[in-house]
Amino acid sequence: MKTKLLAAAAISLGIAAAAAAQEKTKVGFIYVGPVGDLGWTYEHDQGRLAVEEEFGDLVETVYQESVPEGADAERALTQMALGGADLIFTTSFGYMDPTINVAAKFPDVKFEHATGYKRAENVSTYSARFYEGRAVIGHIAGKMTKTNRIGYIASFPIPEVIRGINSAFIHARKANPDVEFSIVWVNTWFDPAKEGDAAQALVDQGVDVIMQHTDSTAPQAVAKDAGIYSFGQASDMATFAPEPRISSIIDDWAPYYIARVAAVMDGTWESTDTWDGIGPGMVEIGEMSEVIPAEVRADAQALSDSIAAGDYHPFTGPINYQDGSPWLGEGETADDGVLLGMNFYVEGLTGDVPN
Amino acid sequence: MIRLERRPQASRLWAAATPLVAVALTMVAGSALFGFLGKDPFISIRTIFWDPLFGEFAWYYRGQLLVKAGPLILIAIGLSLGFRAGIWNIGAEGQYIVGAICGAGVGLAFYPAGFWFIFPLMIVAGAIGGFAWAMIPAVLKVWFNTNEILVSLLLVYVAEQLLASVSLGLLRNPDGAGFPGSRNLRQYEAASNAEIIAGTGIHWGVVTALLAVIFAYVLLSRHMLGYQIRLAGASPRAARFAGVRPNLLIVFCLGAGGALAGLAGLFEVSGPSGQISIDFNSGYGFTAIIVAFLGRLHPIGILLAGLLLALTFIGGEAAQANLGLPASAIQAFQGMLLFFLLAVDVLASYRIRLGSPEAA
Amino acid sequence: MDLSVINPAVLAASLMVAATPILLAAIGELVVEKSGVLNLGVEGMMIIGAVSGYAVSVNTGSVFLGFVGAVVGGAMLALVFGVLTQVLLSNQVASGLALTLFGLGLSALIGESYLMVRPPPVGDLSLGPLADIPGLGKMLFRHDVIVYLSLALVGGVWAFLRYSRWGLILRAVGESHDAAHALGYKVIRVRLAAIAFGGACAGLGGAYLSLIRVPQWTEGMTAGAGWIALAIVVFSSWKPVWVLVGAYLFGGVAVLQLNLQAAGVEVPVEYLSMSPYLITILVLIIMSTGRGRSALNAPADLGRPFHAPA
Repeated sequence: MKTKLLAAAAISLGIAAAAAAQEKTKVGFIYVGPVGDLGWTYEHDQGRLAVEEEFGDLVETVYQESVPEGADAERALTQMALGGADLIFTTSFGYMDPTINVAAKFPDVKFEHATGYKRAENVSTYSARFYEGRAVIGHIAGKMTKTNRIGYIASFPIPEVIRGINSAFIHARKANPDVEFSIVWVNTWFDPAKEGDAAQALVDQGVDVIMQHTDSTAPQAVAKDAGIYSFGQASDMATFAPEPRISSIIDDWAPYYIARVAAVMDGTWESTDTWDGIGPGMVEIGEMSEVIPAEVRADAQALSDSIAAGDYHPFTGPINYQDGSPWLGEGETADDGVLLGMNFYVEGLTGDVPN
Repeated sequence: MIRLERRPQASRLWAAATPLVAVALTMVAGSALFGFLGKDPFISIRTIFWDPLFGEFAWYYRGQLLVKAGPLILIAIGLSLGFRAGIWNIGAEGQYIVGAICGAGVGLAFYPAGFWFIFPLMIVAGAIGGFAWAMIPAVLKVWFNTNEILVSLLLVYVAEQLLASVSLGLLRNPDGAGFPGSRNLRQYEAASNAEIIAGTGIHWGVVTALLAVIFAYVLLSRHMLGYQIRLAGASPRAARFAGVRPNLLIVFCLGAGGALAGLAGLFEVSGPSGQISIDFNSGYGFTAIIVAFLGRLHPIGILLAGLLLALTFIGGEAAQANLGLPASAIQAFQGMLLFFLLAVDVLASYRIRLGSPEAA
Repeated sequence: MDLSVINPAVLAASLMVAATPILLAAIGELVVEKSGVLNLGVEGMMIIGAVSGYAVSVNTGSVFLGFVGAVVGGAMLALVFGVLTQVLLSNQVASGLALTLFGLGLSALIGESYLMVRPPPVGDLSLGPLADIPGLGKMLFRHDVIVYLSLALVGGVWAFLRYSRWGLILRAVGESHDAAHALGYKVIRVRLAAIAFGGACAGLGGAYLSLIRVPQWTEGMTAGAGWIALAIVVFSSWKPVWVLVGAYLFGGVAVLQLNLQAAGVEVPVEYLSMSPYLITILVLIIMSTGRGRSALNAPADLGRPFHAPA
């Protein structure tokens, strides 16, 4: 038995050695949640699988899931770099400093950090303009609500989330001037029970459309029971289509990951800062179900197309701050710096941004 | 019929041998698990147990072992004092968080000054933070006889909310473009808990953990208070006759546990982790409870248990990254290791006998 | 603070649903602790229940069988703990924590193939005209079966402990295993049965999340509910009715704070998020001011290992 085991080990070691000789490009991924969260991490892992699909034997991918931010992330990164990774994607904001630290020690390894702002010679950053997608579903929500009250389940008051609320609200108001937003902060990215409770609280308060910026499907289930509408978040959540889920925002990292791996392979990789939206396909609007009236669907599609083509910016003035003082003048668009650090509500939203 | 017969005296031989037996059993069961998942069992086991210590990159992993084991040991030592006396502090995670917040807060208040006393002051603040957080269940227990398990556990959740709140508000990095999280203390030299010898992973937290082991050992074996702790745990009634003041013991045990957990948090936030962020805590406070019991609540045992658990964490990560084993398989594997360690522990105090009991 | 925006009947209905998983797990753990055993592995048993219930119901197409699967799954995992602590005399605190670790890992392994699958739908129990009573109807009579089952379980456990012979034996074992043993009761068997029952209840609570509340399987979906259940048992000072009060109080505050936010009442979110925990502590303090009450109610042999003298 023991010799058999050893023999098997020796054989597989041999195979591993032979494989390494073929000069595969090794790509690592560090995930903040489990790949089975069906939300943020799940979509990044779909991107990883797309890379494997695209390059087949030319590439080897490795990943580590549920890596806490901080010391553990630094170790995981070092581990991958030592293990011979050529390119490593770190897929959460909290990995910013660890990524920079480890990158300094491994100048030959390329790093890609999601949603951060620190770069280096061998560190790129990338992020998605989810607010573009939220503009589109905000429009749909504004058209679909009958009670004129839209519920919004928010995670943490960080710029990313606040940007989404503002964008959705501006476009819901444009579609329906009487719209009010009820925002519930759950202070978690993923807690199905709590998200479900939050959705129920919103339903009890009379909202008839729910948007969420958290990862679980629990709000969809509540919306279904209450007979109201909801949108998929991060992943399509298509199992809840056609009702209550009438459309969704999908993070699609596959095109970017494939492009960056290709760049490493042909030696053209450079440190860049990417902030892509609907146009390049990093943000996708999930199928709009037939529950949405045809004309609303057409309008939403037109909105999505004009954003994709670069003809329209979701933050185009006139837009005022919450207190009514002007932020953007007529025709003026927000610059990326302000958007990246957005920590204020636009006019018409009630309540304060918690901090 | 198999039955257990109590040994007149705990067997020293078995006490030393059981961990090895447990690890061996875990390797067998783990091999089956990994084989079932389609991975090579031999390589999986080697990656987890051998490579971090003696593999190609052991020079890096050995240091990381200390980084991971340091806070576990530090917290577990504090908890073990209470557990021995029958005082149940389940909320070390919360004390860890509050210690980190207080310590980091003091450091950041001085930013960007470079006084020599900033780091020592942070250490004091971290210990006081953890101590104060632990005093809540302690005082409530002394005054109202409120159950400390419940209060300390619920305060973990309160501390987590507090952590989110300061990451987004009070301690948020003003130069951080609106993102949550504090300044990185590692980039602020006066407040940084840097490695004492570069590349070894040894930072002040690791040193403090070792000191705590020694201190606890002396306290428990040589000191009157240690005797009282042991007595209170073994026989509360006898302890009262022997003049032990239960309230003092509650305050001491919870306070010491809290202070050490707070210190662990401070050393982590100013060193390996570097910053206060929403998800700063990663379960050390709960894992340390396991460490304390695996070490049989004995300081030396805790030292070894902390290192063993750290090894499975580090090796488990390597198995994920190198072999593609899912994190869940590693978690289940660690669970099995704990089961086996706990199960074979019985051999130290009991003999396994076959057949029916002999006539007495 | 304007509380008129909150409709109490609606709030009550929501809190009953929100509290059900915790209530189920807590009433099971209460029985375990009454028998003198402290099982900290509730979270692990809940999540195993969540995944096994989900897997069974997807494969059989029956929600009922799913809940049966959850009960069996939870009980089986609990028996691992039972064998460790009762037969091999391992430390209960450590074994319970290890159980949680193991349960979380194992559930994710089992659940991998069920990620994108949808469970069969659950119909509400129709209580006919009762459901149409204004106010009260919505509050009390429009829930799913499990909500009522959880209430029935609380009543059942209360009656069992108070009036039945077996309940008496269980309590005796928890109060003094040596005395119970001397009287000829099978201490270990009683405790194993209690542990299995606790696991079954926790499993049911987990499956309530994965099959009804969410309904979908996702890793780590119990998100700490098991710990709250443990806290509720202590809070109740080991009385079934108080478990109900505790679970509904906790669920109620949790739901209320979200409702206050949804209604736009201006209270800082961070204080609201802490409120369920703080209020539970506060109520406990008030309850424990009757000096020594909670301590007196704890089963005397809670957490102590039992080994029959030969």
